[in-house]
Amino acid sequence: MRYIANTGADRRAMLAAIGLSSLEELFDDIPQEVKDRFQPLELPVQSEMEVARILKELASLNSCQQSSISFLGGGVYDHYIPSVVSHITSRSEFYTAYTPYQPELSQGTLTTMFEFQTLICELTGMEVANASIYDGASALAEGVLMAKRIVGKGRVAAAQSLFPHYRRVLDTYCWAAGIKVIEIPYTKAGTCDLTALPQDLSSLVIQTPNAFGVIEELKGVKERLADALLIVVTNPISLGILAPPGQFGADIVIGEGQPLGITASFGGPFLGLFATRERYLRQMPGRLTAQTVDAEGKIGYTMAIQTREQHIRRERATSNICTNSQLCALAATVYLASLGADGLHELATLNLEKAHYLAQRITALPGYRLAFEAPFFNEFAVRVPIDPQAIRARLKEERILLDDPRFLSALGAPNTLRFAVTEKRTKDELDRLVELLEVI
Amino acid sequence: MTHPTQFRYTKEHEWVDLEGNHAKVGITEHAQDKLGDIVFVELPAVGTAVKKGENLATVESVKAVGDIYAPMSGAVVEVNTQLESSPETINQDPYGAGWLVILEVSDPSEADSLLDASGYEQYLNEG
Repeated sequence: MRYIANTGADRRAMLAAIGLSSLEELFDDIPQEVKDRFQPLELPVQSEMEVARILKELASLNSCQQSSISFLGGGVYDHYIPSVVSHITSRSEFYTAYTPYQPELSQGTLTTMFEFQTLICELTGMEVANASIYDGASALAEGVLMAKRIVGKGRVAAAQSLFPHYRRVLDTYCWAAGIKVIEIPYTKAGTCDLTALPQDLSSLVIQTPNAFGVIEELKGVKERLADALLIVVTNPISLGILAPPGQFGADIVIGEGQPLGITASFGGPFLGLFATRERYLRQMPGRLTAQTVDAEGKIGYTMAIQTREQHIRRERATSNICTNSQLCALAATVYLASLGADGLHELATLNLEKAHYLAQRITALPGYRLAFEAPFFNEFAVRVPIDPQAIRARLKEERILLDDPRFLSALGAPNTLRFAVTEKRTKDELDRLVELLEVI
Repeated sequence: MTHPTQFRYTKEHEWVDLEGNHAKVGITEHAQDKLGDIVFVELPAVGTAVKKGENLATVESVKAVGDIYAPMSGAVVEVNTQLESSPETINQDPYGAGWLVILEVSDPSEADSLLDASGYEQYLNEG
């Protein structure tokens, strides 16, 4: 983006046009007691070179995933991103264009969108996937709204073992839409307890692997739901080794696409994965690309079923609060295409094996045991013998990062730490973590 | 353009064929022509109660989506399920096989405020 400063004359002209005499008048609405707290920045005058050096020094004080050993998880994971991903996404043909409003001119972008949708369908075992939405949490909320439109009942059952931030987004959307969220507890094994499933639901939301890392048993769930839809939230990397939710009759599959070649950043931008059944296509939120043939019979791509969308349907659109995260979707497309099905399986296996190695070593320590006995994928919850915050703080001094245990205690799992282990963690790093735990 | 003289019409281009308290509802020849090839029709569930002017159905063509408003108040007693698989029927026969729903109307006299065929024709010519 070009930065062109406006001059004093520019500012005076603009102020005159709106009938103000000074810039300060623009801020008259701010209460005086707030203005009194304003402090001049009083920045020292320094050269660009000096400023760059100061900022670099400040930046080096940051603790970040790149300079640490990360066991952070809970929806965002420290996976290796092959260089081909940024090589493709940084090409100006892709990088500068936003979601296309003259879509047929952007055949390259549309092609990648179509490939993305195809990959997500294959991964989830579903028939239709949209071109992505904001992130996993908002994708879930959109799925619940969609189920309400289809089934018509104003109640959704949500597993307590959802990621807490997904639940908060869901609660916000449901509050506004007048949908009641009923929480479904989990068993001692850490899986969703379906023994007393409420009736009159539009949907059941179940997450696998769930917030404890536990893999849910999806078999037979759909059959217990009467006309309610089954919404499954999943981690796309886990689908390299687990059977896709589509195989178990899921009606909507939701995921966070961050593990597919997208950096953790500051919690975004991320990538909402959204897949469903063809029979629900017209109720699906988000953009959709389709393949067709042009007048000469050549393959081409076009936006499809746009009548669902807000630029045509306005307030009656399937969603007025979504967009296509195209650049992130492109990263995921390149990531999945570069791994291939075998590569993804190998990657998922590595995650699984490394996580299980670490779990085995940690639970051999006195007082440490798995919080839940059900199978897990690449993250797991451990009941610890001392204050988990003390452990976390001690490890942070060693640049080892763990999730805040308060997320788990809020879900009814006190004195519990969660460890996410990706392919990036070396055996040395895992052993080092165990050695440190041993002496804390 | 000829419009069946026994029907009543709205300025939103719906037609009503009232028999007793049963009103068959569709869209006019003019409406289908303006919409172009119709590819999808979303019909209400049987039993749905609607007030005059409320959204009754949605008709989607290759170039637009049109809301169909209830020309009279009542309850939906029948919908044209044939449109689910053959929405183009509306283009081919808007005043016949392309009907949308049948309403059991709560007040047949509401039809008096609707246009007759010549009034609708005049309305189109003014537009």
